[in-house]
Amino acid sequence: MEYVIQADQLTKKFGSFTAVNAISFSVKKGEIFGFLGANGAGKTTAMRMLTGLSQPTAGQASVAGYDVRTQPEQIKRHIGYMSQKFSLYEDLTVGENIWFFGNIYGLSRSVIKSKTEQLLQELQIGSVKKQLVASLPLGWKQRLAFALASFHNPEIVFLDEPTGGVDPITRREFWEMIYAAADRGTTIFVTTHYMDEAEYCDRVSIMVDGNIAALDTPSGLKDSFEARSMDEVFVKLARG
Amino acid sequence: MKSFFAFVRKEFYHILRDRRTLLILFGMPVVQIILFGYAVTNEFKGADIGVWDQSKDALSTELITRLEASGHFSLAYTYQSRDQVERAFQDAEIKMAVIIPADFGATYYSGRTADIQLITDGTNPNTANTLVNYASAIVQGFQREQTDNRPLPFQISVDSRMVYNPELLSVFMFVPGVMTLILMLVSAMMTSLTIAREKELGTMELLLVSPLSPMTIILGKVTPYILLSLINTVIILAVSYFVFKVPIVGSLWLLLGLSLVFILMALALGILISTRTTTQQSAMMISLIMLMMPTMLLSGFIFPIESMPVILQYLSNIIPAKYFIIMLKDVMLKGSALTFIWNEMVVLLGMTVFFLLLSWKNFSIRLGG
Repeated sequence: MEYVIQADQLTKKFGSFTAVNAISFSVKKGEIFGFLGANGAGKTTAMRMLTGLSQPTAGQASVAGYDVRTQPEQIKRHIGYMSQKFSLYEDLTVGENIWFFGNIYGLSRSVIKSKTEQLLQELQIGSVKKQLVASLPLGWKQRLAFALASFHNPEIVFLDEPTGGVDPITRREFWEMIYAAADRGTTIFVTTHYMDEAEYCDRVSIMVDGNIAALDTPSGLKDSFEARSMDEVFVKLARG
Repeated sequence: MKSFFAFVRKEFYHILRDRRTLLILFGMPVVQIILFGYAVTNEFKGADIGVWDQSKDALSTELITRLEASGHFSLAYTYQSRDQVERAFQDAEIKMAVIIPADFGATYYSGRTADIQLITDGTNPNTANTLVNYASAIVQGFQREQTDNRPLPFQISVDSRMVYNPELLSVFMFVPGVMTLILMLVSAMMTSLTIAREKELGTMELLLVSPLSPMTIILGKVTPYILLSLINTVIILAVSYFVFKVPIVGSLWLLLGLSLVFILMALALGILISTRTTTQQSAMMISLIMLMMPTMLLSGFIFPIESMPVILQYLSNIIPAKYFIIMLKDVMLKGSALTFIWNEMVVLLGMTVFFLLLSWKNFSIRLGG
């Protein structure tokens, strides 16, 4: 099995506070990996280390085959990232946003052009190419943000609570996009607060107080915690 | 390099599509310079005065005519009693009262000292001072003319001439100040705002996770503002030259070079502020309090540094705008070459390098955290 993320005793301390306490896990290629935990459990800190934004205090991790300590620049080229704010430039048009992200990932003009057409067609948003992003409905923005995060064909896409504040139908559609990307071999690393979404993941890890308290497939977790839903698993774990 | 140009182009989209930004960028300089040039002035034209002439003789009448003929004063009211004068000030009818005693002409011609009293409203000391100075000068001139007929034994006549700004036009003072203020505003405040905005919207995270180097992000952010600040410099110089006839004696290139150094310093301050803030609102407040206030108050722009308390004089030494204003005045009005202002230049360059390094270090620390 090919692993695209491997963390070994990964640790981050802020002064005397240990945000991430020696976590170890691996993510397979093409997997949808759910990264769960209550607020303040250390999810964001762990994710910042994996995306090359923050140096670990101790431990090792490799992402897409590169070391997070020594090769963060290489990692940045091979991952995509989408934050909970869908972070697009609202005062730029759809086309300009695509153009800008294509450029900061160093894609050539012809590649950007052909990929733009392809993306607009897939999302069926060709009609709004010249409209400002601010004028788009939330669901469209979200799907565009995901499309941009994977625009440069990254091996892994990190999604930080990508469905916050979005209605259930839009969330469903969004997960269909995630499945399609995973089918093409892209690894998805996703944090979420919605337990129904945890069920959609291939495997789920649950962080509690800086540690990974559980890691298995959703059905495996439900079996071992004798729970009917992921919700129940999460509550049992979070309450200790 | 390609990603850098894409970044700069994106910044220009932001700037050109935001009406408020455009207004601050290009409306503000013109409005400020015109406001300062026309409205905020130390010169007086036709200030309303009131006269209580108790003597009403030929000499007093001529003196009053002379005051009016100067163009600085216009006779608005005549009064008959001290009470009336008092009330006039309370109602703010007049800016200055001239009180001439009953025996004015008689005293003067009998060879003794004839007094007149000038009363001004002390709640506005600058105005009061200027008015009294103007009036005294006119009275002295008047006296000299009178005594030409009957020379007095002792007389010192002062003939002063103000070089570089012979008419003491206050706009000469304000142009360098306004330029400083505008460059500070555009470079420092706008930069800190635009970086804070990316943080607020979450797009900064996206940029940091991308392969863009922090250097590219910063340079891409500030490059448009360097260009716009230089354009602003030219606009301000053009307005002051063509509208207010402020001379530009020195080298235009030296002026632009000076401005560029100051712009870089202000940009560094802007970046520094943005590393400390996460919202546009706090970036704005910090810019206004930490940058604009000292620039206005302690740089010698509005209040002369020589007349400040000693502590503030020392404090003014760490205000970059002070050195910029000194150099601007020297180059613009006196035509000084670089050799005459190298002292100030070294200080400003030093500050620029210092703030650039400091902001760079701060930015890197934020990334590592």
